[in-house]
Amino acid sequence: MKLTLVTGLTGLVLLATIVELLRRRQLREKYGMLWLGLLFVVIPLSLFPRLLDGVADLLGVASGVSLVLFLGIVFLLLVCIHLSWEVSALEEETRTLAEEFALLRAEVEADRMERAEWARHPDRTEMVSRDG
Amino acid sequence: MVNGKRLLIIIPALNEAASIGDVVGEIRGELPGVDVLVVDDGSTDHTAAVAAAAGARVARLPYNLGVGGAMRLGYRYAHDHDYDLAVQVDADGQHDPRYVPKLVDLLDDYDLVIGARFAGEGEYTVRGPRRWAMGMLSVVLSGLAGATLTDTTSGFRAANRRMIDMFARWYPVEYLGDTVETLVHAARRGYRIQQVPVAMRRRMAGTPSHSPAKAMIYLGRALAVLTLALIRR
Ligand SMILES: Nc1nc2c(ncn2[C@@H]2O[C@H](COP(=O)(O)OP(=O)(O)OP(=O)(O)O)[C@@H](O)[C@H]2O)c(=O)[nH]1
Ligand SMILES: [Mg+2]
Repeated sequence: MKLTLVTGLTGLVLLATIVELLRRRQLREKYGMLWLGLLFVVIPLSLFPRLLDGVADLLGVASGVSLVLFLGIVFLLLVCIHLSWEVSALEEETRTLAEEFALLRAEVEADRMERAEWARHPDRTEMVSRDG
Repeated sequence: MVNGKRLLIIIPALNEAASIGDVVGEIRGELPGVDVLVVDDGSTDHTAAVAAAAGARVARLPYNLGVGGAMRLGYRYAHDHDYDLAVQVDADGQHDPRYVPKLVDLLDDYDLVIGARFAGEGEYTVRGPRRWAMGMLSVVLSGLAGATLTDTTSGFRAANRRMIDMFARWYPVEYLGDTVETLVHAARRGYRIQQVPVAMRRRMAGTPSHSPAKAMIYLGRALAVLTLALIRR
């Protein structure tokens, strides 16, 4: 009974945390939905830990509790993989941004040099803009 | 210039090279004196070049940000260049620019005006879960806005200066955020929202983005987005 209380309360605190983070726009919708979905599985299980005993039996796992542990680890692994994937995408995007920025800077600097040159020798602009 | 006000047409476009030229051309023909900004959202075709050749200003994003990301850029542009009004139009030719003056006319009394299908004009129809989703969104958002809004996911919208100022600072990139969440957010903060019936045309080219199979998922996500928008501050 005490155990149920501890697990149940943990689940509810997690739920409240996620909802609050979503409410404050600190969490993107897609991640929020992921964790909320998980909690809808976890909270009933934390209140009734024996819920999965039947399924466990069917799969040849000794008890529902160890099945939950196993599934939990698999889920966390999947989340880790997903996050690495997201980070890779982000790295690719910052790389593109840096390139974009460097190209823009090159263009601006070439432009500035050209204008400076023009200010010094208004008559030689043609040559400079082509070769310099 | 429209009625002495500076108007910017913002067109978010992703791989619309086949239609963007005609869309920009038609807008410039129907609405002389307005500026057109095409936000090319990392297209892999010639969208940017075609739009520029048709006489639009083009802002190219280095990679795809989605409609919301493109629109915030558009509103920031409008804000920074001191436009009085901004109208969002789709790049696929579904929105008839001849309705723009109708939308803009209401911007003296309203902050955001939506060009709405299903409001009497045209014969655009949808069925099944997608229709239920749109119905649900319509009921909830009409209640919030205090006006009848029949087409909450329409990408045909006109904003006045007050609205541009807000959208330039805040515009969600999440799924359905650019339509549903912006409406919830604006209505709650006291911005006045109204709709104008418009007839929608068929896409000029390309494929529609929605298949019947996705309709059910759409309903679920619409519900999630709406719930989230309602509990968010
Ligand atoms: N900036 C940007 N624009 C997009 C993106 N996806 C679609 N668009 C543009 O958004 C507008 C609406 O897209 P559509 O695919 O026509 O969506 P819809 O009008 O709701 O649906 P259908 O026309 O029925 O397929 C068009 O101008 C598209 O070019 C994107 O990822 N980024
Ligand atoms: Mg369309």
